Order: sequence, then structure tokens, then C-alpha cells
Amino acid sequence: MDILLCGVGGQGTVLASKLLAQCAAAKGLPVHTAETIGMAQRGGCVASHVRIGADTAAPLLPFGTADLLIAFEPAEAVRALPYLKQGGAAVVNTRPLQAVTGNYEPAEMLDYLTAHVANLTLCDATGAAERCGNSKALNSALLGEAARAGVLGFDVGELCAAVEALLPERHRAVNLAAIRGNF
Amino acid sequence: MKELLMGNEAIALGALCAGVGVVTGYPGTPSTEALETCAKRRTEDVHVEWSVNEKSALEVAAGAAYTGKRTLVTMKQVGLNVASDPLMSLAYIGVKGGMVVLVADDPGPISSQTEQDTRTFAMYSKLPVFDPSTPEEAFEMIGEAYEFSEKYGTPVLFRPTTRVCHATALIDVPEARRPVQPGTFEKSPRWGIFPRLALENHRKIEARNRELETVFSTYAGNRVTALSGGENAKQALVTSGVGDRYAAEALKMLGSPAVKILRVATPFPFPNRLAESFLAGVEEVLCVEELDPVLERALLQLAGEKHLSVTVRGKRTGDLPAAGEYTTECVRAAVAKFLGVPDLPAPEAEKTPALPVRPPVLCAGCPHRASFYAVREAAKGKKALFAGDIGCYTLGNAMGMSDTCLCMGAGITVAQGVRRGEPDMHTFSFVGDSTFFHTGIPGVINAVYNGAKETVVVLDNDTTAMTGHQPHPGTGVSAIGGAAEKISIPKILEAVGVSPVITVDPFDVQAAIQAARDAMEAPGVSAVIYKSPCAARIRPQKPVAVWENCVNCGKCIRELGCPALRRGENAVAVDTTLCTGCGLCTDICPVGALQKEDA
Repeated sequence: MDILLCGVGGQGTVLASKLLAQCAAAKGLPVHTAETIGMAQRGGCVASHVRIGADTAAPLLPFGTADLLIAFEPAEAVRALPYLKQGGAAVVNTRPLQAVTGNYEPAEMLDYLTAHVANLTLCDATGAAERCGNSKALNSALLGEAARAGVLGFDVGELCAAVEALLPERHRAVNLAAIRGNF
Repeated sequence: MKELLMGNEAIALGALCAGVGVVTGYPGTPSTEALETCAKRRTEDVHVEWSVNEKSALEVAAGAAYTGKRTLVTMKQVGLNVASDPLMSLAYIGVKGGMVVLVADDPGPISSQTEQDTRTFAMYSKLPVFDPSTPEEAFEMIGEAYEFSEKYGTPVLFRPTTRVCHATALIDVPEARRPVQPGTFEKSPRWGIFPRLALENHRKIEARNRELETVFSTYAGNRVTALSGGENAKQALVTSGVGDRYAAEALKMLGSPAVKILRVATPFPFPNRLAESFLAGVEEVLCVEELDPVLERALLQLAGEKHLSVTVRGKRTGDLPAAGEYTTECVRAAVAKFLGVPDLPAPEAEKTPALPVRPPVLCAGCPHRASFYAVREAAKGKKALFAGDIGCYTLGNAMGMSDTCLCMGAGITVAQGVRRGEPDMHTFSFVGDSTFFHTGIPGVINAVYNGAKETVVVLDNDTTAMTGHQPHPGTGVSAIGGAAEKISIPKILEAVGVSPVITVDPFDVQAAIQAARDAMEAPGVSAVIYKSPCAARIRPQKPVAVWENCVNCGKCIRELGCPALRRGENAVAVDTTLCTGCGLCTDICPVGALQKEDA
């Protein structure tokens, strides 16, 4: 199972990939991830590559091989779509994060995604995170959405266990709520 | 139990398992987490420090290694340039305790000024270099690096790249650690470099490196594998670092054609014997390595020495890119062409809607934005140079406030040179607090001593922000979290004769502008210290509110480039998930439509 997480620096893709790796480790599955750390974390495009299983070699996913795309932002979903394999699933946050270089029209991106991805889950994950008490729980909200859509390979309970294992006490409640969709 | 570890964490734990006693370094992407992990996971008897710069880090570690301590020095590839003075000499002097110099290379480059290759530096400095392909290997290899270092009495380079440093894997870390050895400094002429000793040691180093070519030929990290009965194939791959992983992925995607592969983990000294036997019967080799064509050159040299009839392909032949990071796609295309097998069809290029361009930007609420705004206002209508430097504030380029950027600490001195060329220019040089301590201070002294006219602008956010908030000598905190002597930037500036030295909060907009005006009137070297903590480390205030009287002129967006400000349909919109309520925009709005909520 190969998963690509994409978004904009600061949206929390690194923690999301850690949670997925923790889920895999808890199941005894081999897992590798590769993150964007550095200058791009200041508002640039970022991606985390999560590779679960024993038969992977490269740290980054080749194009056309991701089983699942989890996009923190609609335009970044379109940008990363070449990574998704034929018939792969995508879970996309519908809330745009506009660039300082100018606004784009989110509907155009969502239309493009609808036309190109059969197994597409669209959700306002930022809104969901806000309703849980903190917009920063966007990563947990998206992972929860993917689990509930049955495309993640892990269920809500496994994600919650990963949160318990990785996050400090003070951040747990909001992230657990976001994963469960309790808002 | 297996632990999910980033490559840098694996390297740190590998060093701790190997009994490292002194760890020094300076933050730099992609190396930073290695030292941080040593600080977090050390036992009491392990000394860990963020040194003021890479040169100091290497020298401290050298001294410790003289006493027999095992040491680790961490830095990014350009940090090695700063550390190269002591390292070049230490290569001649040698060490008693094992010393690993971790230098993280950054193909891309993703967060660096250059794409320099530490394997080439290894050749130049005559030091052995280890080049792991994965975090798992890095963990194993660092222990071996200490063994080699101690056995041969030499520092060794350890060179992962970004995709090893920032990749994670599940790694079994043993509980047991080699005990940290006590150090003893034994006085001896061997620790003082004199020309006669240098010559003697130079001869020894050259002989040792010839010996290591043979020794490394049986090192397990240098290994030969074959796919689909390719043991006697006439075509072969020679790989190193992450290039090896891209090649493996590419070969799998191409249906595992018959080929044999030599993965080189010690590019220098090159395992000549192993390579020679590997090349028996091989007519053509493709080298898969990022950055410099190190393996390619070594193979060409070997082929020349041994009169081997083999064609060596790679970067020099244009099969693979000479610059930039590799991908499975580019390696696969080269491998397919090389082996004469069909590559996978490229996916059809779909026409997508126009995608937003996302340059990295200063965060919402970043005090540097306020400082840049103040200096720009003060210099308005004047001929001015804004010399930049390395750090988050390099991103001042979006505000037109980073006219030059060269290397750590260079802004202060480059500005002096520009004014020698164009004497009627006002020169401002921006320098971050950590960079000021790193290599900024000598440039200020140079300015005062040589009668330059310049305003040094210290952007003091009380941390090393770009690399993830490490402490530095001005913060009063050490790498292991304890209290440290807090060194005053204004006192240093005053002591070397800078006048005036003005400290001001950049968010006090009018005072901040006035400070820059006053400083630029000074006849010699002046300084403004804009002091305000990094926005990522303080609790945000309520987001700024947009009032009905907004005329949507866009001045706030144009002048500040804040990611929390967007052009709306009829008015500017504030992204409340990003806005920290710093209020800088409320000072800029010509109609007072932006207001702090508490105001």
C-alpha cells in the first residue's frame, strides 16, 4: 500500500504520515516514509510518501503508483494527481489554501478531480477540525475521513490508537474527535 | 522493539550505541535532527552541544578525540565549507578516539545554496567516506564507521542525503550501548602540525588510502547482487546512496531484467579490487549516483589503470542528469535505454487548471516582515542596498529586501564591497541572531576597522528558526535544555565600535522606522536590532478583523505579502487559521479597515 499525502507547508502532513507509519508498525507491517522538511515548510508545496509493505525500494513514490492520495488542499490534489495509480482512491479537503501569488478558483480543481478520479471522497476537513476545536487537527480529520471511506487500510480504532501512542495528552482529545468525526 | 526512526535519528542512536562521548554541530537542513536526537537520548556522560559554527564544532570534537573519546560532528554540506580549515589539517593529524563527521548532502537542492558532493570533498581531504542508502543502513553503518575511524586513527566522513536523513523506517535499536570511554590527553608531538610532520603524515595517508581500497573491497557495505541470472551479464549497474534505491525500484518496474549491480558504500577510497573483479566480462556499466560523477570517475580511472575494455556511462555521457535530485522516473528511463528494454509508457500529460505558484514565504505574524517593512519605509526614495543572509529572512526576497544572498554571514561583508563599488549607496545588511554568532561578528569588525559605512540590521527572534528552533549563544539555553550564559548582541556590537546600536520592537512600527532612519544617518557602522520572538513560538493573539470600510485597495497584500491576507470579492479577507493577530497590517491600511480585535 502506497499513500501520498500532499498539501502546503504548515498544514500538518508530517504528523499525518507519522500516524500512518505508527498504524502500520502496530500491525507489524514494514513501513517507510519520506517527508518534506526545510524551506518548503514555509508555505511551499509539501508531500509525504508513505510506503507500507516489504517490496518497496525507493523512498519516493514513482508516478502512477499511489493506491491512495490524501490531499490537504484542492489545488495540491490536482498537482499530485500524477502519483495516483489507475483506479486509486483520493480523499481531498475541499477548503482551499490560497497562495500569496494570487487566488485560484477551487471549483475548477474540484471539477477536475471529479472528472479524473472515480473513487473520490471530498470533505471540508478544515471545517470538521474547526468544529472539533482546532483547525490544526486537519490531518486527523482527513485520516479519519479516509478510514471511514474504507480506503485507508486502517480503521478508526487503529488511527485512534496511533494518536494515543504519538501525541501528548493535551492534543489527544481534539485529534481523536477529528478522527472519529465527532463534531 | 522496533522503533519508527528518521534517518537522522537512526544515525544519532547508532552513534550512541557505538559509545559516542562528545557530540557537536551546527543546525542545517537536512542534518539537524541528528544532534537533537543525541541531546534527547543521551546518557549523562555524553556531552552534546550546539557549537557556534561548524568550525568550532569540529575543533571541539577534535580535542575530545585527541583524548580518546568517540565523537560525532554534525552539519549540512555547506557547513563543511566552514569546517574545512580544521578538517583538512585534522586529516593529517588524525585522532585517537573514533571520529565521525556527519555531513548531510542536499540533492535538489531542496534547502541549500549549492549541490556540492561530500564524496568529492572526501577525496580532496583524503578522508574515507561512508554513503548509506537507507535509514536502516545508516544505523548499521555508523557503528562500522567508528570501528574504521579508530582502527586507522583518522576522522571519517559519513554522508547521507536528504532522502536518507528525512526518510523514516522501523529500526530495532538495541538497549545495550558501548560504554563511553574516559578521555586522557597524552602530551606528544603528534598533536602539533609542523611542516615536517605534515609531509611525513601525508605519505602515510596516501599509503593508508591505497590499503583501504583493498580493505573496502571486502567491506559488507560494498556488495554485488544480480537479478534474473545476471551474474554473467555484459551490462552492469554501479550505484551509491539513494541512487541505489531508485535503481532497484526502476529495475522492479522494468520486470527485473538480467543485470548485475555493484552498490558502493565507500566511494572513497574506492573498493578497486572488488570493482575490478565485478567488471570481469562486463562490456558496459551505468553509474547511478546523485550529485558528482564520483563512481563514474573512479571506474574510468580503474579501467585506464587496468586496461579494461569497458564503457562507463552515467552523467558524463548524458545518460543521467548532471544536476538536481534523481527520481525513479529519470533512473528508469536511463536504465531501460541502457539495457535496451522498453520503458513504461509515460502517463499522458493531462491539461490541468492553472495551479497556484507557492514560493516559500515568511509565516503570518513573522517579526521579520515588520522589520523589513520598517527598513524599506526608512530607505524609501534613497538609493539603498539590502544585503540578505541565510535563514528564514532570506525569504525577504518577496518584499524586495534580499538583494544579495551568498553564504552564512556574508551579507555584512558583501554590503561593504558593494559600497566600495558604488559609494553613494546606503547599505543595510540583514543578519539573523544565530547567523550573527555563526560568522557575522568578524564581518562587523571588518567594517569598523576598515572604515565602512553600513547599517547592520540584526533580526533577533531569539532562536534558530529555519532549521526548527534550536538554541544559540544569545538564547540562554543549551542544546541539552539547561541554562547557559546569555550573550548580548548589542554589547558585542558596542564593544567593537558600532554606533549607534538601537534595539527596538519591529511591531512598534513608527519606532522601528525611526530607528532605521537614525541608524542610516550615522557616519560609520551602525546597527538596529529588531527584537521580537519567532511567531511559531508564541501563542497567537485574536485574528485581525476586517471592517466594512475596506476599499479593497490591496495595499496590505502588496506591501506585506502576508499569507493570512487574501484578496476577497469586495474586501480583503483574513485567513483566521493563519493570522496570529500581530497587527502589522493594521498600521499599513490607509483607511483603518484592519483592526486588532482587542483594540
